[in-house]
Amino acid sequence: MAVATDDVFEEHDFESTADPIHRTRKTAMWIWLGSEVFFFGAMISTFLLYRNTTNDGPGAEIFNVPFTSASSFILLTSSLTMVLADSAFQRRDQRQGRIWLIGTVGLGLTFLAGQIFEFTEFVEQGLTLSTSPFGSAFYMLTGFHGAHVAAGVLMLSLLIAFSLRGRLSPDHGMNVELTALYWHFVDIVWIVIFTVVYLLQI
Amino acid sequence: MAVTTLTEDLGYTPNTDGVWSWLTTVDHKRIGIMYGVSALVFFIVGGLEALLIRIQLAGPNGTLLSADAYNQLFTMHGITMIFAAIMPVAAAFQNYMIPLQIGARDVAFPRLNAFSFWLFLFGVLMLMSSFFLGGSPDGAWTGYANLSTQVTEFVRMDYYAIGLQLLGVASIGSSANFIATIFTMRAPGMTMMRMPVFTWMSVVTSFLLILSMPVISVGLWQMFLDRNFGTVFYEAQASGDPLLWQHLFWVFGHPEVYVLVLPAMGIISETLPTFSRKPLFGYAFVVFSGIAIGFLGFGVWAHHMFTAGLSPVAEVGFGIVTMLIAVPTGVKIFNWIGTIWGGKLTLNTSMLFSIGFIAMFIIGGLSGVTHAVIPADTQQHDSYYVVAHFHYVLVGGSAFGFIAGVYYWLPKWTGKMLNETLGKWHFWLMFLGFNLTFGPMHILGLNGMPRRTYRYPEGLGWEFWNGMATIGSFIIGVSMLVFIWNVINTRRKGLPAGNDPWDARTVEWMTTSPPPIHNFDRVPVVRHLDELWHRKYGVDEEGRAVPLPDGYVEEPAFVEEAGGIHMPSPSYYPIIAAFGLVTAGAGLVFWSSGILGVGMLVIGAAIMLWGVVGWAAEPITREAH
Amino acid sequence: MVATVTRPHPTAKTYWLVAAFLAAVTAVEIAISYLEFLGPAKGVLLVTLGGVKFFTVVAVFMHLRYDVRGYRMLFLFGIVGTLIVFAAVLAAMQAF
Repeated sequence: MAVATDDVFEEHDFESTADPIHRTRKTAMWIWLGSEVFFFGAMISTFLLYRNTTNDGPGAEIFNVPFTSASSFILLTSSLTMVLADSAFQRRDQRQGRIWLIGTVGLGLTFLAGQIFEFTEFVEQGLTLSTSPFGSAFYMLTGFHGAHVAAGVLMLSLLIAFSLRGRLSPDHGMNVELTALYWHFVDIVWIVIFTVVYLLQI
Repeated sequence: MAVTTLTEDLGYTPNTDGVWSWLTTVDHKRIGIMYGVSALVFFIVGGLEALLIRIQLAGPNGTLLSADAYNQLFTMHGITMIFAAIMPVAAAFQNYMIPLQIGARDVAFPRLNAFSFWLFLFGVLMLMSSFFLGGSPDGAWTGYANLSTQVTEFVRMDYYAIGLQLLGVASIGSSANFIATIFTMRAPGMTMMRMPVFTWMSVVTSFLLILSMPVISVGLWQMFLDRNFGTVFYEAQASGDPLLWQHLFWVFGHPEVYVLVLPAMGIISETLPTFSRKPLFGYAFVVFSGIAIGFLGFGVWAHHMFTAGLSPVAEVGFGIVTMLIAVPTGVKIFNWIGTIWGGKLTLNTSMLFSIGFIAMFIIGGLSGVTHAVIPADTQQHDSYYVVAHFHYVLVGGSAFGFIAGVYYWLPKWTGKMLNETLGKWHFWLMFLGFNLTFGPMHILGLNGMPRRTYRYPEGLGWEFWNGMATIGSFIIGVSMLVFIWNVINTRRKGLPAGNDPWDARTVEWMTTSPPPIHNFDRVPVVRHLDELWHRKYGVDEEGRAVPLPDGYVEEPAFVEEAGGIHMPSPSYYPIIAAFGLVTAGAGLVFWSSGILGVGMLVIGAAIMLWGVVGWAAEPITREAH
Repeated sequence: MVATVTRPHPTAKTYWLVAAFLAAVTAVEIAISYLEFLGPAKGVLLVTLGGVKFFTVVAVFMHLRYDVRGYRMLFLFGIVGTLIVFAAVLAAMQAF
């Protein structure tokens, strides 16, 4: 709302030169991410509470650090491809943006495949949802993170489809930058999980 | 001021007829009305549940309800009143009033707003369908583990786990919406410290919901997984710790009680200055004490758990913070009294309910402080004293505040005034009935009557006061009938309200009643707290308000908008997405029934995906002609 | 409206460099996790390095370093709130 009444404006934290709808959406996205922080905070706390409650079943010793490290590299790399996609779309280079998006989807799917493999391995070694509170908390935390990755993959796929049909513009609900924020958030949650759940427990 | 009709500038003529226009509406005012009507209906349902409970307890050895039916009723009474009546009535006020109070044309995300409403409505309907399909939740609104996780033959607590989960998503959606609206869409010159207090309290409330809802969400998932997928979060035999549920629940549950009362505090911070014809005493103090309550509200949850076996250090810590939170609350009370003090009072219904709020909230607040004293709390825990306390805060507080708001703003919503005679009958009946119902519960509780018991034997000295409480509850019922009659009657017989019937202070009274779809023909430029008052009145040498001459307003008084007004188009995708999500939720409730549950989950998810994809692909505003 | 103007977002080159930095930190983390002689210092180092990665992604990839201050406050509010609340929950449950 551009108005010739600058004297009555007071500077505040959400003013920017960006267009208003864009700014409003980004504000909401950050609020949503703040909410997600509490969501994962509660699950990570549950895990910390139960980190040693293994009922003589498998505990942190079954973690395969080299494998999970590979998964972590994959997810970190997907953040790079995501930010490059975002940057390409900002330059209005839709073609290049799509290529990076496809790369991100591929890395996300690889991460998910790795998680399925890891879960299968752990179940074979005797760690199930019911083995112990440790098992319950581990699967719930990493499972919900995986669900977030899956939702992200779905959103990215939608973006690719929209872009191909020329329906990706600031006037539409979906937006590369917001999806990118979500994707990076899922990545930083994994950074925390990798440190707290894996590296600190072995 | 000149009223211009800019309908041609909207680019289309809004269709406001028929059911379809309501199902697809994204107008914050219509969504607000739908929240309000739903909340009133569910308030009646919750009230009927309460009356059944009161009949059962009217005398010793009540025979109306079985223990099982009683458990379901008191659980559903709590859930209904909190999640289906008070929170949505707050959402109704916030939806309708926030954009008007800050000079915006709508909320930030109109379709998300519609989605939140439909998700709330369908979620509550799903919860209530449990009466007929499989039995209602019966583990109290607190759903303590492992009471809630052990009995898995019935789906009752699955309704609880999934139902609250869905309502939580709806709350987070609307809260994010309100914060984004308030932070980024205020009229020019409307700084944060020029916002009306109701809008300010909505900011605090929204933050509380945004940060507390995810915590209960994790708890509810853990409960659900324990019940249906064999996890052992709360299974003591498998070294799980049921106390974890209590922590997660109350980390959510205590901010939640401030979610219920802060909007009501905001409302009376609007009505008291208007009807005292004085500015709010200590605006900044009222705002900052509201924020302080929000912060401290996250630090007191364990005072609900003083008998659960915390360490002495934790108990003392939480006891002290609980006493501390009385300080900002007290600041507010003194500011309200300071506002009334020396004012030129108009004692109409809205004002009576506002003053009633202060009086009742003081009683409820003081009995609350007694819970901070740990030895006393240990005696009061799970007794009727606690029931008395939180009803004084939630009925004498929240409900009175919201009713004051209805009498204050209904003229803005409908263009018609409520009947004052009926209104005064409503107030005095409710005031009497309320105190007769919940006052005696203090005595009952201190005499040792435990809550959540479906009958009591003769000879314990509880008969008289229980009888009084039951009589009182029916008086509340009658007062609500008067209220509903008043609202219905207003539709036909109400006197026209005009734009500003109360000679009020804030900018929502500058537009027509009811406001046009775009809220303001011309958005005001704001220079003061209480902008409208400053456009109407100046101050003479002795500090008295004197009317300003007609047409005296600093220029520019309004925003000059180029290019017309673009309002969001109606959309049916939000209702589809909400329906799909609730169907999927119902599938989870019936997960243990095999194919039925899985089928509903898959179909629901597919419907939701359709809604969400359509939503994402849809342009935000209708193309201009 | 002074000093609230968004700074320009970085270029692709910066993103590649930051990604290389993150990969390097992760490699160091993994190495540290195998060094038993570090004792309690191991935990401190891992948490610190995890925090560095966390805030690097937030600052650069999520543009918090470049965007308006409000977003930063919203997010930090969530982070700080979570840390305090759940530290208290875990302390009350004697999980440490």
